Amino acid sequence: MSKTILVVAEHLDGALRQVTYEAMQAARLSSTNNDKLHIALIGHQVEDSIESLSYVACEKIYVIDHPDLEQYNPEAYSNALKQVIDISNPDGIIFGHTAIGRDLAPKISARLDAGQISDVTSIENLDDHVVFTRPIYAGKAFEKKVFQSSPWVVTIRPNNISAADLRGEKAEMEQIEYAKPASLRTVIKDVVRKTSGKVDLSEAKIVVSGGRGVKSAEGFKPLEELADVLGGAVGASRGACDADYCDYSLQIGQTGKVVTPEVYIACGISGAIQHVAGMSQSKIIVAINKDPEAPIFQIADYGIVGDLFEVVPLLTEEFKKVVD
Amino acid sequence: MDIYVILKQTFDTEEKIIIEDGQVTEDGVQYVINPYDEYAVEEAIQKREELGGNVFVIAVGPERTSESLRTALAMGADEAILIADERICSDENTVSKVLASYLGSQKVDLILGGYFSVDNGAGQVAIRLAQLLDIPHVGSITKLDIRDDKAIADRDAEGDLEQVEVTLPAVFTAQQGLNEPRYPSLPGIMKAKRKPFKQLTLDDLDIDETELAPKTERIALSLPPQKEAGQILKGDTAEQVKEIVEKLRHETKLL
Repeated sequence: MSKTILVVAEHLDGALRQVTYEAMQAARLSSTNNDKLHIALIGHQVEDSIESLSYVACEKIYVIDHPDLEQYNPEAYSNALKQVIDISNPDGIIFGHTAIGRDLAPKISARLDAGQISDVTSIENLDDHVVFTRPIYAGKAFEKKVFQSSPWVVTIRPNNISAADLRGEKAEMEQIEYAKPASLRTVIKDVVRKTSGKVDLSEAKIVVSGGRGVKSAEGFKPLEELADVLGGAVGASRGACDADYCDYSLQIGQTGKVVTPEVYIACGISGAIQHVAGMSQSKIIVAINKDPEAPIFQIADYGIVGDLFEVVPLLTEEFKKVVD
Repeated sequence: MDIYVILKQTFDTEEKIIIEDGQVTEDGVQYVINPYDEYAVEEAIQKREELGGNVFVIAVGPERTSESLRTALAMGADEAILIADERICSDENTVSKVLASYLGSQKVDLILGGYFSVDNGAGQVAIRLAQLLDIPHVGSITKLDIRDDKAIADRDAEGDLEQVEVTLPAVFTAQQGLNEPRYPSLPGIMKAKRKPFKQLTLDDLDIDETELAPKTERIALSLPPQKEAGQILKGDTAEQVKEIVEKLRHETKLL
């Protein structure tokens, strides 16, 4: 019997997020040829996202477009998604492990009385079951998990499951009218976009990260310049955040975010275990540190022993030449 | 105001992970209150100091968790509840149902927990609990204000800030930056020994055991491939910088 997998699409600033394509790939990896891929798109004024979705190989796109869904509201989104689920009747549901996915997936899981595997980094499809791999202890170890019941819910970590070619025939689309509840107990009063125009840390291909060696909030400037030139994002160690050099939202480590970019440039970071857990799975690690004994050099692919305030601006200049 | 904090005991974040016989070994490991739950404990105490009431800390976990609950009592929580039972598996569905079974029968105004636990890192239990209790939640908060029967919270959404108002009772998960957790004081530690500490098993709860069957199962556990130390570049700084740029150009398609 064929199964149905529902991908919950996410869009940002009028475009689909990269993690949504990765989730579609995850859906393919966890299904067989006869299975169906459905997509749920919830929001307001999502025409551009519909346009990009319509050429993805899938059986159905369900859209709920309503002014009340312009901002993420866990109650409203959970209600809207439940409407889609009731029609799509999926065997599995896949979200990105993002601000929305992390918040909405457990709510839906509890609502459906479903098991959930969070923060999945790879998927293997064996004959009669699908195995999901995920990091534990922020990547100090990995576990493989399977589901014991259906439906199931998965969130996938951005930047880990590569989105293959997903093009297909124009997919069938169904608009669903939002069943607006009389009232909600959750109201979004205000949204302050601090990150607009910036590359999201968890999706960034290049991360430039600073530690205590950066010495001050001002000291992050050269790191930001380097990240800008590379089209990357800035991160930080717990030491730098605790010392108030930067916002906690930049913290990478076992407390904070786990990132897996193509290139991680660690500036003035000693390499405490708690930080390394959050970045050691990056493909290439470059470390810049004054102390040649710093543990960060044990895991770095390339190390520069030197003063980051001298090295980082030079790197920016050199990369500028390449990018231009 | 009755404030509950759902708490988990985790490995200290400086611990290395060692796997023996397919399990993470617990030998000689330092345990702490999950760092995100520590923010939740602190916030609960601050809210009680501001508004009056009681702070209850509750955990589902092995016996050793009592140590972390005692620490929370020493910080200033009023009562602790530990639900320890080998029949309770670690699946998030199971743990949240056990918590919902207990909390569903209590008068609750506010539930605080951590954004996620630094060991399992799934970030499901608190939000599942809110759904099971049919109350709203706000995840990953950096600020919390209580105004009568409503709460206004700042939610950190991947760096963006959302201001969310919910009707109480509600569940909140604590993100870094919410507060600066206090250290237990010596008098606090002494007092903690005399504070109410309730230990329960499934038999004390009104719950159908078939509801607690795990919905997921771990089939393997492994360590990540050991990363080899790479090369420290030589030459003067300008040469090293040029070399790095060249290497990154060749080894990635990004530049």
